[in-house]
Amino acid sequence: MISPRLTRPLTSLRSGDRPSVGGKAAGLGELAAAGLPVPAGFAVTTEAFSHALEALDPGGAIPRQIGQLPAADASAIAQACTQVRDTILGSPLPAGLLNEITARYQALPGPAAAPDRTAVPVAVRSSATSEDSGSASFAGLQDTYLWVTGAEAVTDHVRRCWASLYSVESVTYRRHQGVPEEGLAMGVVVQVMVDPRCAGVMFTRSPVTGDTSVIVVEASWGLGSAVVSGEVTPDSFVVSKVTGEIVKREVATKLRHHQRDPSAPGVCLRDVPPPLRDVPCLDDDEIRGLADLGRRVSEHYGTPQDIEWAIAHGADGEQIVLLQSRPETVWSSRVTTPVAKPAARAFDHILARLSEASS
Amino acid sequence: MTPAGPADPGGQPRSFTLPSQIEDVPGAENWRSMYPYFTRFQPGDDQRFWFYNSMHFPEPMPAFDAITAEIPYTAIGANTTRLFVLPTTLGIEHRIVNGRVYITAIPVTDPAEIGRRAAIFTERAGYYYQNWDRLYEGWKARIADLINQIEAITVPELPEFEDERVVMESVGVAQNHYVRENFHRCLDLFSKMWHHHTEFLMLGYGAYVVFFEFCKNAFPEISEQTVARMVAGIDVIMYRPDDELKHLAALAVESGLAGEFTEGCDPDAVLAALADRGQAGQAWLAAFEAVRVPWFHVSTGDGFYHHHRSWNENLAVPFAALTRYVRQVSAGESLERPTARLVAERERIAAQYRALLATEEDQGAFDQMLGVCRLVFPYVEDHKFYCEHWFTTRFFQKIRAFGELLASKGVLAEAEDVFHLQHYEIDQALADVMLAWASGGEPLGAVHLRPVIAERKQALEALRSWSPPPALGPVPEALNDPAVQMLWGITQDTIESWYSQASSGDEKEVRGYGASSGIVEGTARVLRDVNDIGQIRDGEILVCPVTAPSWGPVFGKIKAAVSDIGGTMSHAAIVAREYGMPAVVGTGQATKRIRTGQRVRVDGDRGVVTILD
Repeated sequence: MISPRLTRPLTSLRSGDRPSVGGKAAGLGELAAAGLPVPAGFAVTTEAFSHALEALDPGGAIPRQIGQLPAADASAIAQACTQVRDTILGSPLPAGLLNEITARYQALPGPAAAPDRTAVPVAVRSSATSEDSGSASFAGLQDTYLWVTGAEAVTDHVRRCWASLYSVESVTYRRHQGVPEEGLAMGVVVQVMVDPRCAGVMFTRSPVTGDTSVIVVEASWGLGSAVVSGEVTPDSFVVSKVTGEIVKREVATKLRHHQRDPSAPGVCLRDVPPPLRDVPCLDDDEIRGLADLGRRVSEHYGTPQDIEWAIAHGADGEQIVLLQSRPETVWSSRVTTPVAKPAARAFDHILARLSEASS
Repeated sequence: MTPAGPADPGGQPRSFTLPSQIEDVPGAENWRSMYPYFTRFQPGDDQRFWFYNSMHFPEPMPAFDAITAEIPYTAIGANTTRLFVLPTTLGIEHRIVNGRVYITAIPVTDPAEIGRRAAIFTERAGYYYQNWDRLYEGWKARIADLINQIEAITVPELPEFEDERVVMESVGVAQNHYVRENFHRCLDLFSKMWHHHTEFLMLGYGAYVVFFEFCKNAFPEISEQTVARMVAGIDVIMYRPDDELKHLAALAVESGLAGEFTEGCDPDAVLAALADRGQAGQAWLAAFEAVRVPWFHVSTGDGFYHHHRSWNENLAVPFAALTRYVRQVSAGESLERPTARLVAERERIAAQYRALLATEEDQGAFDQMLGVCRLVFPYVEDHKFYCEHWFTTRFFQKIRAFGELLASKGVLAEAEDVFHLQHYEIDQALADVMLAWASGGEPLGAVHLRPVIAERKQALEALRSWSPPPALGPVPEALNDPAVQMLWGITQDTIESWYSQASSGDEKEVRGYGASSGIVEGTARVLRDVNDIGQIRDGEILVCPVTAPSWGPVFGKIKAAVSDIGGTMSHAAIVAREYGMPAVVGTGQATKRIRTGQRVRVDGDRGVVTILD
């Protein structure tokens, strides 16, 4: 008895579902629907959050209280946040929602190596609904939990995602920006965990030069979190969208990588084995395969995208999966001025250039 | 090479080795005698930046061959300084040290002077662009005329008694006069050829550089090779010699003559055998003779050295390729260049970049600039065949014929020795012969010249061991010479990379221009001569001084190409891009630093060859 109002499979989602599942879930659904490789998973809807919040705060005291906090009063914010987070983390989920999440979780396709359906490792990721969640400053404030196993742990981490809405940073940000607390909601993505050989980000427009004719792939060993957090200098490859040629390669010395923590749920920072440090973590076919996916994603959206990806063992050997795609915001927000304008006569361009004192 | 000062911690000016710091190569202390006084470095030259013109002169210059620096620079400088009046640059100065040609451009920096020159330049260059096709047609007619004239030059035989006709027709001039006149005519025609060569050169490359800079601004990550692919012609004359060999190979197979073409065959023996093969053999020989003029006047080098002979002079070169093509055709392979596909690919690339431009104004400018490039490119790509190949191989043949005269009169031990004399010295040797024929005495040259030539031959060998620094003198603050940038592809980045390499002294890296992208590792095969192309094995990396169309067949076997000479538009670069293999060209010294059998990594993106052993 699963209700699409509380949880929904990623494959059923589209960009337009952002209000009901948050941006990350809607984006992953859109990618999957476009035929792009996305790990299987489901979303816990914003309605599920509202439903659960209502159960533990029937009078709406929490939004009222937070909404009245002065943005500059750090200690009041800290105190209120601790209180709200404790409330959310300490309250069990409504029974219907708990059962749904458990059923969805146990229906996830597990990796071949872990046939135990009750222990499929997943990533639990918050999926914000706010319009400006595309901006890095806000998106970075929500949490993602990796290598979560077992239904109980999953529901526990869903609550932690919700609680992250009430981190000091999030609340301070909302108070500074004047974001209303009423109707605040968050979706959560539960997705089969990939155990990547390597992972990273790619930009369908060069982040350095703004060049729209290339895709820049950054990659490092292990989980992509090491690249996203800036803890390692990744390998960097520039691929021409037009010719498919790899026009630039910079192989970095990759000293550390994020790996599954063998002793506890989650991720740990490890040293990369010396023989792997200075070798590129992608071969040319993989770079071209990634660039090809990047091109399809940006064509699908019609605007340059920043994409998180991983290469992991799947049923058919190694496979590229996409973990997130966001519209590029830095270069796209700049005013475009022409590099050159047509001249009266075509060769005037050359006469002008050769008459310049310095280039 | 060590820089003269530290890398500028205390405000010390950064500098490459100074010209005055270069020491003579042991065993070649007499090198100065080979070149005219105006090619020597002067004390004041220490204050100027110079770079080694490895693109045109990758080897030490034999005394006569220095004319391929002297005359081109008289022509190109006249063109830029006096004819078209380029606003920001005058001409090129050259110096020779230890047999190597270093050059520098004289810039114009005074804004008022730039403005004064720009007014003249705009009018004159504008006239050429506006009338390009008509003027280029005229150029082709003029260059064809020059080729006819050089081909018609004869070397007087100096018989014991003058021909009766000279008396009976009262010609009034004896044969010895024509020794000098005809020799001078060779030099004069060579000079005119170079004036023609440079006539459209800067305007042609200027169009390319402007388009390249636009693309680089609009698409900062675009490679020069990709820009070149949007511009490059497909039906380029330089491909014709190789295409004709493919046609001859196909004809041989169709006519059942394939068996005559065996590995290492002797061309004369094959031609003789074909003459006995009835109608099919006769038909093939007729087809062969029909393409020899002009297509076999292609040079096995790039026309800057006397030993860059033509296919017609050394049929072993085209026959080595023919033999391979015959084998490929027999095996059912298609040798045709997929020109339709190449054209479609060029148009697709241009259309996609155009579509990626941010504004309609950019698209309008893009169309204009690409349009001018394609207007001027037939000249840029084809002039080499007429000038450096057809004309120049004929020119050297004529000089060699004068060498034969000198050898026949005992002045030289052998005809080829003429190339170890400056052209000014050849004048004297010819005068010696003219005088002896007139007086009935003996020429005095043998005693005087033979020891000099023997010494120079030794010196030239010794000079080969020298690794010339890529640059000399102070590191310039800004390099903004359009000639240097356009013709040699040298930018401030190039200079910085030379400087850092000079400072670090990395023995394992050879740097050049990345001409075709991709990275591969493999075993190097160093070939100095096109006659050795039979040695190459499948999957090896070719390391050669320069490639010309006669090297074409090699590209089917190798997985990367490295050359001493050449830019992005050089033959090796164009062919490598067509085959989709990495290439690094213009390294200046790859054939010297890399040995056959070494493992190397060729990075066609960065233009670096790394020796892995």
